[in-house]
Amino acid sequence: MSRSYKRSFAVTTALLPTWIAVIVIYVGTMLWSIRLSFTDSTLFPSSNYVGLSQYAKLFATPKWWAALQNVAIFGVLYVLGCLVVGFLLAAALDRKIRFESVFRTIFLYPYAMSFVVTGLIWQWMMNPTFGIQASVRAFGWQDFSFDWVVNPNLAIYAVVIAGIWQGAGLVMVIALAGMRGIETEQWRAAQIDGVPACRIYLSIILPQLGPALAAAGMLLALGVIKTYDLIVAMTNGGPGYATEVPAKFIMDSLFQRQNLGLATAGATVLVLTVIAVVAPFRYAVHMRARRREGA
Amino acid sequence: MKNAMKLLLAGAALAALLAPANADDKPKAEVMTSWTSGGEAAALNIIRSEFEKRGGEWEDSSIAGFGAADAAFQNRIVAGDPPTAKQVVIGLDPAEFIKQGLMNPIDDVAAAGKWADVLPKTIYDFISHDGKVFLSPTGAHGESWMFYSKEAFEKAGIASEPKSWDEFFAAMDKLKAAGILPIAWGGQAWQETKVFNMILLSQAGIDGFLKIYVDKDTSPASMEAIKKTLTILGRMRAYVDEGAPGRNWNDATAMVITAKAGVQFMGDWAKGEFTVAGKVPGKDYGCMILPESEGMVFIADSFDYPKTGDASQDKAQKLLAEVVMDPEVQVAFSIKKGSIPMRTDVDKSQLDACSQKGLELMSAGKIVPDQAIILTPQQAGALADYVDAFWSNPSANVDEEVAKFPSIFQ
Repeated sequence: MSRSYKRSFAVTTALLPTWIAVIVIYVGTMLWSIRLSFTDSTLFPSSNYVGLSQYAKLFATPKWWAALQNVAIFGVLYVLGCLVVGFLLAAALDRKIRFESVFRTIFLYPYAMSFVVTGLIWQWMMNPTFGIQASVRAFGWQDFSFDWVVNPNLAIYAVVIAGIWQGAGLVMVIALAGMRGIETEQWRAAQIDGVPACRIYLSIILPQLGPALAAAGMLLALGVIKTYDLIVAMTNGGPGYATEVPAKFIMDSLFQRQNLGLATAGATVLVLTVIAVVAPFRYAVHMRARRREGA
Repeated sequence: MKNAMKLLLAGAALAALLAPANADDKPKAEVMTSWTSGGEAAALNIIRSEFEKRGGEWEDSSIAGFGAADAAFQNRIVAGDPPTAKQVVIGLDPAEFIKQGLMNPIDDVAAAGKWADVLPKTIYDFISHDGKVFLSPTGAHGESWMFYSKEAFEKAGIASEPKSWDEFFAAMDKLKAAGILPIAWGGQAWQETKVFNMILLSQAGIDGFLKIYVDKDTSPASMEAIKKTLTILGRMRAYVDEGAPGRNWNDATAMVITAKAGVQFMGDWAKGEFTVAGKVPGKDYGCMILPESEGMVFIADSFDYPKTGDASQDKAQKLLAEVVMDPEVQVAFSIKKGSIPMRTDVDKSQLDACSQKGLELMSAGKIVPDQAIILTPQQAGALADYVDAFWSNPSANVDEEVAKFPSIFQ
């Protein structure tokens, strides 16, 4: 009894600094930010409470709405796109092709690159006056048009392309590892039954990769909320509000516009959104785990 | 041998003499600016070398990018470790810091240097808060310039600078017909906002401009000026290329330098790019205030001086304020930076043709401040959003947009 108490005391003591860090740095600053969102703070924190007026102002700002809409479009397409492209790449590499490790390195390489570099590269490639469009036209195809990044209606999709290019490699590696973990007997059995390869991937491999792809999807989704550097490097939120995202809106309010109240209100909305999305998911996972224990 | 020995001894003696002075008396300044590009750094160096000549010790903490430097400064102020001096745009941007009591006034330096007599009154008002002087201005930039390529104008058969907007658009049509891109457009919100302001000044006049931005006037006359401005701005969409969105101002300037494009609307810092490319104002390129404008929009740089609680730095702040306002420093600095000296009593002859035009308008008081000077950062940001949204939406209805304008000031 006393030994186990002693041990738990030692463990608690060892973990104490971490707990203090978690509570003070993460939870504490979050609460502090939420508190500020109810004040009229501009450059410096103030304690003049103004209720929900920062939130009213925030949701009366067309740019904020545009930012929310953009991050939703970007998030859905980016995560799905990465999963699909990443899975296809993994399936292609899984076919025991030659130079597999070379291709694996090439496909994973973009993920090692920062979003800033990714954004700059794609900004140059998609720039209609000297990028892909200009090159194709120089080859003689005069009507060729690829101006997504400067077209307000399509710019967000241009950002999605750059994002997928960067993130698909991660999904590929995770999916490939999952595929390699599947017993080869399943393959042989299916082949004996004469099932075509693409059907094997869809009906046999894909269901077994569920947890791996869910983990990859989760990693990518976390990146979506904080999307900032890709946008800043590639379009800086333009043309107009076409690629504005909440994180950029918050940073601009904080540092360029000296508007701490509005920035923290935006950050709070963002946190609530994340909780609203993640909480049911976590709850479902938790319930499933309990049901499994019970069974 | 003997001589060398003597020299060595003399040197040692001299070093011994200077060393203690070095240790305690030299006022030390850590100066934070965002002046890192070629011309900017050269201009800052003028201040630095004069500061060092007068016995100061200089530590450079420059950070590229106005926003990045501001963010770093904000963080250091909050952390209680401010630099000795920070470059700021005069106006409401530094006002919040001053209101919070974080800045040292430099009243005595201003009084000794009779700043009230040598600075235009508008500037002197902007650097003072509650009757005390807090900022030492370095130079002003004229912002409502139209730079044009003489070569492009010649090719298109444009004989003279357009005097009205109708003439301007006629000239743009000529450029288009000659196969030259009419306007080199930098499609970033801040650049578009500058163009908006330039046109607004040409439509509302100096009084009307100030009424809108300072008094936040929404009378029919003011709204009419906004409407005319948006209409002219909207017409320009037909004269830019598809590479415009997101283009940096200096890339746009390069297009005018190489005569690929006809004109660019930009502040006078664009001159630095022309100069680097070996172009001469009045010969290779022209600079004119926008058609139908009676004055010029200006923005002005200065230093402000955070409270550091350190006597040596306080001394350095006073010395720096003095150096910055020195007439010779003002001229030399402006030549390097492409700006206009703040003092009206300086030797004009060394300035180029464009700066002289600017200084004339400034001395005559025919100037209006940039939005960064008269609007809060939040309002200035909202204005940039407003202009950017209008510009990038070709189907925007001008009347509806005019009705939205007053919401900027909320």
